[in-house]
Amino acid sequence: MLLSRKFVKDYIELDDKLTIEEIANSMTNVGNEYDYAGPLINATNLITGEVLECDDIPDTHLHKCVVNVGNEKLDIICGAPNVRIGLKVIVALPGAKLPGGEIKKSVIKGYTSNGMLCSLAELGLDNKFLTEKDKNGIHELPNETEIGRDAIKTLGLDDEVIDFELTSNRGDLLSIMGMAYELGAIYKKKVKDIDLSFKENTENIKDSFKVEVKTDKCSLFLAKKAINVEIKDSPEFIKSRLIASGIRPINNVVDISNYVMLETGQPLHFYDADSLGDTLIVRQGNKEETLTTLDGASRILDNSDIVIANKNEAIGLAGVMGGISTEVESNTKNIIIESAIFDSVSIRKTSKKILRSEASNRFEKGLDPKRTYVAIKRSCNLLEKYANATIISGIIEYKQMDINDKKINLRFDKISKVLGIEIERNMVISILNDLGFSVAENKDSVDVVVPTRRGDITIEEDLIEEVGRMYGMDNIVGKLPELNVVVGEYDKTKRAIKHKLADLGLNEIVSYTLISQENINKFTKDKFESIMLNDPMSEDRNTLRYSLLPSLVDSYKYNLAHGNKNVSIFEVGACFYKDDDEYKEELKLGILLSGEYYVDIPARNADFYTLKGIVEELLDYLGYVNRYNFVVDNNISNEFHPHQSASIILQGKNIGVLGKIHPSVLKHDVYLCEINLDKLLGNSPSRMTYKEIPKYPCISKDVAFIVKNNILASDITRIIKKTGGKLLNNISIFDIYTGENIESDEKSIAFNLEFIDPNKTLTMDEVMIVFDKIIEDVCKTFNCKVRDK
Amino acid sequence: MEKSMERENIIKKLESELNGVEKLSDLANVKAMFLGREGIVTKLSSKMKEIPNEEKREYGKFLNEIKNEVEEKINFKFQELSDKELKEKLIKDAIDITLPGRKIKKGSLHPLTRITEEFEDLFVSMGYTVYSGVEVESDENCFQKLNIPKGHPARDAQDTFYLKDEFENFLLRSQTSTAQARAMEENTDKGPIRIICPGKVYRRDEDATHSHQFMQIEGLVIDHDVSMADLKGTLELFCKKILGEKTKVRFRPSFFPFTEPSVEVDVTCFKCGGRGCNLCKDTGWIEVLGAGMVHPNVLEMGGYDSKKYQGFAFGTGIDRFAMFKYAIPDIRTIYANDIRFLSQFDRKDVD
Repeated sequence: MLLSRKFVKDYIELDDKLTIEEIANSMTNVGNEYDYAGPLINATNLITGEVLECDDIPDTHLHKCVVNVGNEKLDIICGAPNVRIGLKVIVALPGAKLPGGEIKKSVIKGYTSNGMLCSLAELGLDNKFLTEKDKNGIHELPNETEIGRDAIKTLGLDDEVIDFELTSNRGDLLSIMGMAYELGAIYKKKVKDIDLSFKENTENIKDSFKVEVKTDKCSLFLAKKAINVEIKDSPEFIKSRLIASGIRPINNVVDISNYVMLETGQPLHFYDADSLGDTLIVRQGNKEETLTTLDGASRILDNSDIVIANKNEAIGLAGVMGGISTEVESNTKNIIIESAIFDSVSIRKTSKKILRSEASNRFEKGLDPKRTYVAIKRSCNLLEKYANATIISGIIEYKQMDINDKKINLRFDKISKVLGIEIERNMVISILNDLGFSVAENKDSVDVVVPTRRGDITIEEDLIEEVGRMYGMDNIVGKLPELNVVVGEYDKTKRAIKHKLADLGLNEIVSYTLISQENINKFTKDKFESIMLNDPMSEDRNTLRYSLLPSLVDSYKYNLAHGNKNVSIFEVGACFYKDDDEYKEELKLGILLSGEYYVDIPARNADFYTLKGIVEELLDYLGYVNRYNFVVDNNISNEFHPHQSASIILQGKNIGVLGKIHPSVLKHDVYLCEINLDKLLGNSPSRMTYKEIPKYPCISKDVAFIVKNNILASDITRIIKKTGGKLLNNISIFDIYTGENIESDEKSIAFNLEFIDPNKTLTMDEVMIVFDKIIEDVCKTFNCKVRDK
Repeated sequence: MEKSMERENIIKKLESELNGVEKLSDLANVKAMFLGREGIVTKLSSKMKEIPNEEKREYGKFLNEIKNEVEEKINFKFQELSDKELKEKLIKDAIDITLPGRKIKKGSLHPLTRITEEFEDLFVSMGYTVYSGVEVESDENCFQKLNIPKGHPARDAQDTFYLKDEFENFLLRSQTSTAQARAMEENTDKGPIRIICPGKVYRRDEDATHSHQFMQIEGLVIDHDVSMADLKGTLELFCKKILGEKTKVRFRPSFFPFTEPSVEVDVTCFKCGGRGCNLCKDTGWIEVLGAGMVHPNVLEMGGYDSKKYQGFAFGTGIDRFAMFKYAIPDIRTIYANDIRFLSQFDRKDVD
């Protein structure tokens, strides 16, 4: 909402010494923020002048002009096509500050230029206010313009404006009158009356015109008729106030409807009465009904639109845009004035489809029914004054709403309880009075009558807010709440997972939940139904992710494209799917490794076992030691390497996957892992308890088996464990060897076995019996031999 | 021959031999030459039997002395050579201590996680429990129970992501305030509540300062006697702890459908300290939070008796704090996950 200082001055007397910034800041302090406060035209040193000489500069589009600015004649070079002798122009003198920069004396093509002749665009006026002529050249002032005068004043644009960013509850401030009440409350000034006087002829509108409202989406509808209007340009003050308010002047009649909307906040619509006919109908749109709106577009309406119609057809979309068939044009003589309140939700819906306008914005935010009456009278007043209209007596009135002021009881102790401070009784009453609310005092409370213009105030707390904001929310002195001591809790495990992985050298990423439907089934063979957005921003982000892996791979690709080939990343995030008509949200962990992980000199790349080691370390850390294993699984997605991937099984349940990305998917070596944390953490971790340190020494034996390549280490370990029995305390693999002295389809796996008896010192003989049996059993089971010691 | 002469000759010979020894291994030869089975000193002692009995004692003394002296000199030489050789060995062991230390791979937590944990730690210490909520929320929890009925203008500011088909009444939450409705509903005994809810939120918006996905944190306190003054005190403490003890807090009235009264909360600009700069657009203040007293309708819809309970709520953007704290100019950097960005957050914060 743009507030013109000149405009609001009609309704409230503010001290001229107040700067526009001071006014804007005082409004901010009561909750009305602004974007800009300053002159409407942000330019200095502009003066009116007359072109005395104008010569073409050869081989250029430039002209060498002599311009009379009153006290001197200046040489100015001008490139505009419309510059000519005798033209009255706007001259920016050297030192003038324009939105585009400062004007300096300069030399152009060898000629000195002592300033610039200006177009309106150069003054910073928005394109929508420019005529075709103004768009293509410098501004042409009227012939009668006096020279040597302040050009901005001459244009009538010597105004100041505040561009407010209003909160959505304060629809009342979308009007000069609303602003006047707010400023009045701040500066303790009375709002002046609006002039609603006009004469009426003897005819009555009811004799020749009727309104039928056939929808419950219109709660108030008023109509009056003005005849013999004279369509012409608006007076300068109307034009310049419209411009300052961001609305383009068109002609006096159209301008008056906008002017009244700005003043009162009530949008009006004027119909050409002769095109409209004798009946106006307010109804819901019919399916497939069409209407050509003012902008020339043909619209297809539906049942959710509120439509204005005559006996034959739709003639407008209520509150949003009028139809072309009843438009007020230069030959219009008689007009029907509409001032009404339509359902804000319907207007919003229709305007979203068609056009968000100044009018629809006001309907959406809610209107004051009393202003609906004020506005229609005000438009009659102005039409009579500035369009020589004759106003027909009587008003057509359809009313299905309560237009009485609300009465709310406000308790003084409730104010203290909510705000946490004591505000004196008299101050409360004075604030309410300043806001224009009438107050009746009781012992411990006041009964406040809230005028209908403040539709946002409905309960006691709303009044407390009013008192608070006028008193100054910032004057509330902070204190710490006196509450019972309670223990705050948080999810320590989720944190532990992230910290552990960061400690293991991984960088945490946060990526987008929304991914492309195309990627939803990547890296998984799970059967699930994905959840899509109803109205996505783009196809790239139309589905809620089921897995973190596509995002991790995207992050990897992004990094690779930016020259980062060493990527060790993880993410913890929610993933989504549909299950039995319910949406499910699960927390998952994803890890991706590629390139160097061991950063010593020389560095070494991560491989399958690096990732497996990280997963083992994490699971052990979380308390799942010895409760999980990694198994070969045909159900793993084809995007994984078929022989370098595994399912992670925790106590018989699949909780995740890890493996290398299939070389046909990514040619680089990239390793991925995903663990369903909800599934993992559904298992209670093992207790951390102290295990007695052995009292007797252990005996350590090494043995290496040469086995076929396809024999799994886990299978050998299982046999060793079984045969080793109680004495075998620990098994570890310390070497894998292939190459010289080993057949190409074989490998050597070296085990270190640790034997211990908790109750006595073991002898070598006792150990050797078990050790030899282990060797025998392994060799028999896998048809393999022991590598020479 | 005079014994003293003989002794002198032996010592002279020893000294000359020792002089020629440069390595510890050669010292053994010298030792053998004098003290070995055939050694000079050994041979001398074998003469004992030729010595008349009355002189034996003196000869023995002579022998002892000479043996001691020889051993002493050899030992001295031994020590000398050992020291020398150890020194040489150490010199050989010299390393270039300017070479880099062995690198151990460093990981990092995402800046959003760091800020979230910092906020959590602070509020947990004040007795708040971290409530995670859910990211897909019902329309009812996200809007209706927050006093934002269908068609309400407040829905304007947050064009949202509704789900398709049978989930058309569900959306990706547009604000962590949804946790208010959920937490009140879940708190079946309808007693006091003190929670914060950090998490991802989603809005249809994307530019240098907006991402369609970002993070917020919501705080909610419901109790019998909490007021705007308590809210201000709490937020003053929060801002001081997070942004520095000198930080000042300013309340400006504002509007949110789910709080009444509502305020926007500014803090003194952490770049210029309030003097005015490009970050604060010369105002000296930066808006960081929205807050207010829980609207009675919201309490009632959450099953609380608004005559008995009051509450305050506040919310802020975690991304914004991350951008402020680590001087990140563009929010898109936060979600690009470039390793060169992520790996900068691999150290402890300054206290």
